[in-house]
Amino acid sequence: MLIVLVKSAVLLAVVVTTFAYAMLFERKILGWMQLRPGPNRVGPWGLLQPAADAAKLILKEDLTPKTADPLIYRLAPFISLLTAFAVYAIIPFGANGDGSPWAIGNVNAGILFLMAISSIGVYGISLGGWASGSKFPLLGAVRGTAQMISYELSMSLSFVGVLMLAGTTSLTGIVNAQERVWFLIPQALGFIIYVITAVAETNRTPFDLVEAETELVGGFHTEYSGLRFGSFFIAEYVNMLTISCIATLLFLGGWNAPFGLTLLPGIGWFVLKVGAFMFFYMWLRATLPRFRYDRLMTFGWKVLLPLATLNLVATAAWVALH
Amino acid sequence: MRKHLFNVGAILQGFGITFKYMFVKRPTIEYPSIKKQHAPRFHGLHELRRYADGKERCIGCELCSSACPANAITVIGAENAPDARVSPGERHAASYEIDELRCIFCGLCEEACPTDAIVLTPRFEMADYRRGAFVYSKDRLLVPSDAGVGTPPDERPNGIPADLGRVAEVKSTTNVDRGYSATHRGEVLKTERKGLAG
Amino acid sequence: MIPFWIIAVVLIVSALWTVTARKPIYSVVSLLLNFAALATTYLILHAEFLAVMQIIVYSGAILMLFVFVIALLNSGIAPIVLGRDRVPVAPAAAAALAAIAFVATAIAAAHAPAIVPIASHSPLGAVGRGNVFGSIGDFGQALFLSRLLPFEITALILMVAVVGVVLLAGDLTPYVPTRRRAEQSRRALREAILREGK
Ligand code: SF4
Ligand code: SF4
Repeated sequence: MLIVLVKSAVLLAVVVTTFAYAMLFERKILGWMQLRPGPNRVGPWGLLQPAADAAKLILKEDLTPKTADPLIYRLAPFISLLTAFAVYAIIPFGANGDGSPWAIGNVNAGILFLMAISSIGVYGISLGGWASGSKFPLLGAVRGTAQMISYELSMSLSFVGVLMLAGTTSLTGIVNAQERVWFLIPQALGFIIYVITAVAETNRTPFDLVEAETELVGGFHTEYSGLRFGSFFIAEYVNMLTISCIATLLFLGGWNAPFGLTLLPGIGWFVLKVGAFMFFYMWLRATLPRFRYDRLMTFGWKVLLPLATLNLVATAAWVALH
Repeated sequence: MRKHLFNVGAILQGFGITFKYMFVKRPTIEYPSIKKQHAPRFHGLHELRRYADGKERCIGCELCSSACPANAITVIGAENAPDARVSPGERHAASYEIDELRCIFCGLCEEACPTDAIVLTPRFEMADYRRGAFVYSKDRLLVPSDAGVGTPPDERPNGIPADLGRVAEVKSTTNVDRGYSATHRGEVLKTERKGLAG
Repeated sequence: MIPFWIIAVVLIVSALWTVTARKPIYSVVSLLLNFAALATTYLILHAEFLAVMQIIVYSGAILMLFVFVIALLNSGIAPIVLGRDRVPVAPAAAAALAAIAFVATAIAAAHAPAIVPIASHSPLGAVGRGNVFGSIGDFGQALFLSRLLPFEITALILMVAVVGVVLLAGDLTPYVPTRRRAEQSRRALREAILREGK
């Protein structure tokens, strides 16, 4: 029990720190790609910027609009935050020599558990946007809900291909199944679908219709301020980290070293892969403009879903024939 | 189908461009630590000059004030007392105020001045939290008597005389709130002017 | 046993809240809580696949649609005002009887010899192809081998429902691409203008 608590506390600290610096690096990288230096005023090389931001968010006034539903309005950021962090209870970051994973809980239905939690995460956005009692958040929430439900479908289908190849739903098992070949190679189409849907699931550019500053002010979190806004913000970045971890576990071989290059310990490779994926995320944000909403839906339902189904059927046929 | 494939190509190209720009030299000047060298005749904060003997150049003629398109300058002239001259001429400026919030930094006051008293310096950092602090009164505009006399604008060589920046170091001693209301061309000013004239 | 009782209380309270809440959105939130508690109950029974599916399908998809509808109708902010007879007497009596019967059954069941599922070692149940009650492997075997026909029939019924919904709610006019539709309306407009001109 105590061990689990200590593990959770350490993991929480790691995730929060990663979130803080992911945010800083995102701003840095966006800056560089846009010919700016990015934040560099607070501390050397801007390294204290996250602390300054946190202090700012904590000290800001906490507003609740008159038209808001007070209970739900307060509950929503909490749901977002809770589901964002809950996932880390089962994500393994490495393995001991005897094959037991470095994770708080070793759940056998790991991937299903992930999907279940992330499907609850939508509530943060939809309830928050609805409960704000004003039109921009409502629009953002409705968009977000539709988008996340639509893309969750293709995402789940892209998982199933991996599950069939690995023959298990345990995250550790999936990683172990990639000891020789990463699933990135047999499941290239699945990986592409996963990457696209993952971006849509976390509501980031080019799928950030939920916040769409140019149309919806701030989208679902327009009315939120202070730490409540901060919770949504943290949840978004932690989800991004989660998505990167899942991509690493399912497609990039987890803590397996590529080409047998065992110069780094497993956890090192894991961190490296997650970092690379996060960088890709930021790169994406700097490169692509926002989708139009109807195109987003068309793309999700008419392109990604058929492709994902095709991938599924092909994988099933391949598995059945072997 | 082919069109969509082309689009994928375009997206990849976009990724290439953004990646490349990560390593391009950035044109940013990191302002408070590195300051840009302005052109010698950059139009910034004003300064009132003195003659070499320490007397003020301004003779209170109000030409700058009438030249100013933004109505930013308020000059109230007064006779020089024969025993304690402020300027070499008959009159001097008893009060000289420029509202830098109204000013558009056109330099017409500098052009208009017959004695080269008012000059625009390259100083531009005048941010303040109080509106009143932007009304620069004479004690903030005038070159301190121990700071050298400054060169009149027409005699400026390529560069800026070293003392041009000194104005910044003179701390305001005026009541900033009252200073502001005085440049509203309203009652306050009128009564003051009347008081001086009568 | 203690977790079970806690969950049971949560289940009942949230279920009651669901039917008595005055704002629809509170019903949704309490139903969400109810589903979560139900999933936990499944976990306690080692039916982890069922637990996860409960969350994914009911909380993630179906309940979400309720939120969607409430958000779109914007009916959630104002409480629905209903009279005192919101709960009709006869069904309420029937429900009370059913509840008593349920409790009686539960008590009887508690005294009956327990049918304990094959316990698994990990708290969340084992998985894979092992033959363990409630595991994914077991579930899949049952679904696709021994119960294939009912499973396929259910799928068919759902399919019929989907087709029905499309028929009922869908726009069945032949599909015209947006661009061509715009072209058509532009042509109609042009013709109308020409007619007006004559
Ligand atoms: S610079 Fe132009 S606007 Fe400013 S005080 Fe002089 S004349 Fe007026
Ligand atoms: S600054 Fe020049 S123009 Fe203005 S009042 Fe003084 S002497 Fe006249």
